[in-house]
Amino acid sequence: MSKMTGAQILLRMLKEEGVDTIFGYPGGAVLDIYDELYRSDMRHILVRHEQGAIHAADGYARVTGKVGVCMVTSGPGATNTVTGIANAYMDSIPVVIFTGQVPTKLIGNDAFQEVDIVGITRPCTKHNYLVKDIKKLAQIIREAFHIARSGRPGPVLIDIPKDISNGTTTFKLPDEPELRSYNPTYVPNRRQLTKIVDLIKAAKKPIIFSGGGVNLSKAHRELTALAQKTKIPVTSTLMGLGGFPGTDPLWLGMIGMHGTYRANMSVSECDLMIAVGVRFDDRVTGKIDEFAVNAKIVQIDIDPTSIQKNIQVAVPVVGDCKITLEILNQMLENEDLGDLDEIRKPWRDQIDAWRKTARLSYKQSERIKPQYVIEKLFELTRGEAVITTEVGQNQMWAAQYYHYPEPGRFISSGGLGTMGFGFPAAIGAQVGMPDKTVVDIAGDGSIQMNIQEMATAVQYKLPVKIVILNNGCLGMVRQWQELFYDRRYSSTQFVHLPDFVKLAEAYGAVGLRATKPEEVEAILKQGLETPNTVIMEFVVEPEECVYPMVPAGAPITNMLLV
Amino acid sequence: MKEEKHILSILVDNQPGVLSRIVGLFSGRGYNIDSLCVAETTEPHVSRVTMVTEGDAPILEQIKKQLNKLINIIKVSDLTDQDTVVREMVLVKVGAKAEHRAEILRVTDIFRGSVVDVGQEHYTIMATGNAEKMSALLNLLKPYGIREIARTGSIALARDLKTK
Ligand SMILES: Cc1ncc(C[n+]2csc(CCOP(=O)(O)OP(=O)(O)O)c2C)c(N)n1
Ligand SMILES: [Mg+2]
Repeated sequence: MSKMTGAQILLRMLKEEGVDTIFGYPGGAVLDIYDELYRSDMRHILVRHEQGAIHAADGYARVTGKVGVCMVTSGPGATNTVTGIANAYMDSIPVVIFTGQVPTKLIGNDAFQEVDIVGITRPCTKHNYLVKDIKKLAQIIREAFHIARSGRPGPVLIDIPKDISNGTTTFKLPDEPELRSYNPTYVPNRRQLTKIVDLIKAAKKPIIFSGGGVNLSKAHRELTALAQKTKIPVTSTLMGLGGFPGTDPLWLGMIGMHGTYRANMSVSECDLMIAVGVRFDDRVTGKIDEFAVNAKIVQIDIDPTSIQKNIQVAVPVVGDCKITLEILNQMLENEDLGDLDEIRKPWRDQIDAWRKTARLSYKQSERIKPQYVIEKLFELTRGEAVITTEVGQNQMWAAQYYHYPEPGRFISSGGLGTMGFGFPAAIGAQVGMPDKTVVDIAGDGSIQMNIQEMATAVQYKLPVKIVILNNGCLGMVRQWQELFYDRRYSSTQFVHLPDFVKLAEAYGAVGLRATKPEEVEAILKQGLETPNTVIMEFVVEPEECVYPMVPAGAPITNMLLV
Repeated sequence: MKEEKHILSILVDNQPGVLSRIVGLFSGRGYNIDSLCVAETTEPHVSRVTMVTEGDAPILEQIKKQLNKLINIIKVSDLTDQDTVVREMVLVKVGAKAEHRAEILRVTDIFRGSVVDVGQEHYTIMATGNAEKMSALLNLLKPYGIREIARTGSIALARDLKTK
């Protein structure tokens, strides 16, 4: 047992937890930690704004499946991370945030750069800690990582006063955390699964409805096996994209406000819905009273609060998606499901008819269509890129026109809808997957919310590609104004925008621009082949809308089509 | 759906911030707290929160699940489904003119309360019982002029040796 400072203990525990990279920004309250970092081989990515750090840690976690780590100073450093913490909380992303705090004896005195970050983040973290005793520091860090990554993952914040980071104590490696009050259920109740087997055998019009939980537990193989074995078509939420191959014939497309016609219709008509890792968000269900009214709903989720929260379900199953589907698939192995090609034919025909009624589509014109840019991007990257998105129309087109083969490929702010997420998340993703092509599909509005991270990307030679669908406006808000507010475009038109090409160059990155449809492919190719940070700006049709669209609060069968 | 009052007995890690997590959960999600009572238990580091809350069946189910989800919460028991003893304590300052004192004492007696403090013109009465009984007592004392009331809110334990 040796004497160590709090800062040394922190870095030692990060090693123990397998952390090799952190995203952060220094300041007075974390000087001792940064001094220790200076001596260590821990990789520290210096962002340009703390919001960038937390989103980058989030993006890193989403692609690697590891816990993302973010480190900031007290006061403004801490408050700058709040949006990103709420974002990670809503999407259940495992991150651990270290914030500096004023010395313990000053806490509560309105000291310089003091803020009650534990109080502020209580409702948007899975758990948080203020370390008041250096002897507990190591144990708290261990617990924090355990809580962040287990059960339904989420952000955990640790607030470290300066006298804790520069104080000393004898260090002892803490035991595995044993939390009497925290014990997630991974293995489901088998009796419930028997009911699902019976329901599958009896169903005439079944669907699988998958969500972010499938991606988080990496249950994609099990989900695909279940769908293919039972020949049940699959739809998913935005967060669920990648959980089932977007090119499989059983794929219905995304469900919800901007879901495909056949997905929304199938949900309304189905007689069995197997919901896996979803929470029935209002953007997905539309008017809840008319959602899947003909279906018996089975819901599998690791978080009991997600079950029976927004909708009554016939068979609730608390368990990890992957483990549950694994067992369910084993149980189905011993079942005679009959001639499924024959049994499913009427349902398949019906879905085909819906597919023909309204496919995802758009009309080409003289101006670049944003959907076309995404289609071309899909083609040129052969669907193998990691795509992050901003928020708005760009996000929905990225969801509709790119097809995702596996978890960790579509990185998007689903729950909070945070403009400015995509670019720093792409930085985190690129750090986590240096060999992958990482593309942020952005809007001209969103990209300006964390544009300062260009400097980070260039400094660390991260070849992130930014595709700006420049429609000169806050497109998604403009769309609502066009459709529901008589085209009163209140504060959604950008009268002035920066020259994105010059801006890229000013940061030491590469800037490219396409203004005509025939330039799209060449610019994309050039951008993708450039081994630097690149902004590709596509000047697109400003009045384009995302379709289908379900007006907020309407049943999801009430779709405005193109 | 029907709104019902439920008594929840919640065992929590006795750590700073636990109460604010509970209260924050209720305000953030729009649940009601009728009363709340916190004190130590036989186990060091464990406190018992007794809470009276209101809601229809699905809301109550959510409340219990959401409470259980908080990391510092060890156990949530709904005492409404169990045979329980429920008590609360009331301190009431009531006007007590000479001509009313005998009657006030009689009422206090009937409720097995006691006068714990006397002033020139008032009594302070202490009584315990379930919430309805306490309300009945206060009703009877009302005509004499109630000046101030302090109530603890309900505390409760299951009659069985172990709370389920
Ligand atoms: C931080 C934040 N502020 C405001 C909004 C509301 N909002 C949602 S979409 C949108 C427009 C986004 O514009 P842009 O990035 O240009 O994307 P487009 O819809 O044009 O593709 C706005 C303002 C939000 N989601 N996030
Ligand atoms: Mg825009």
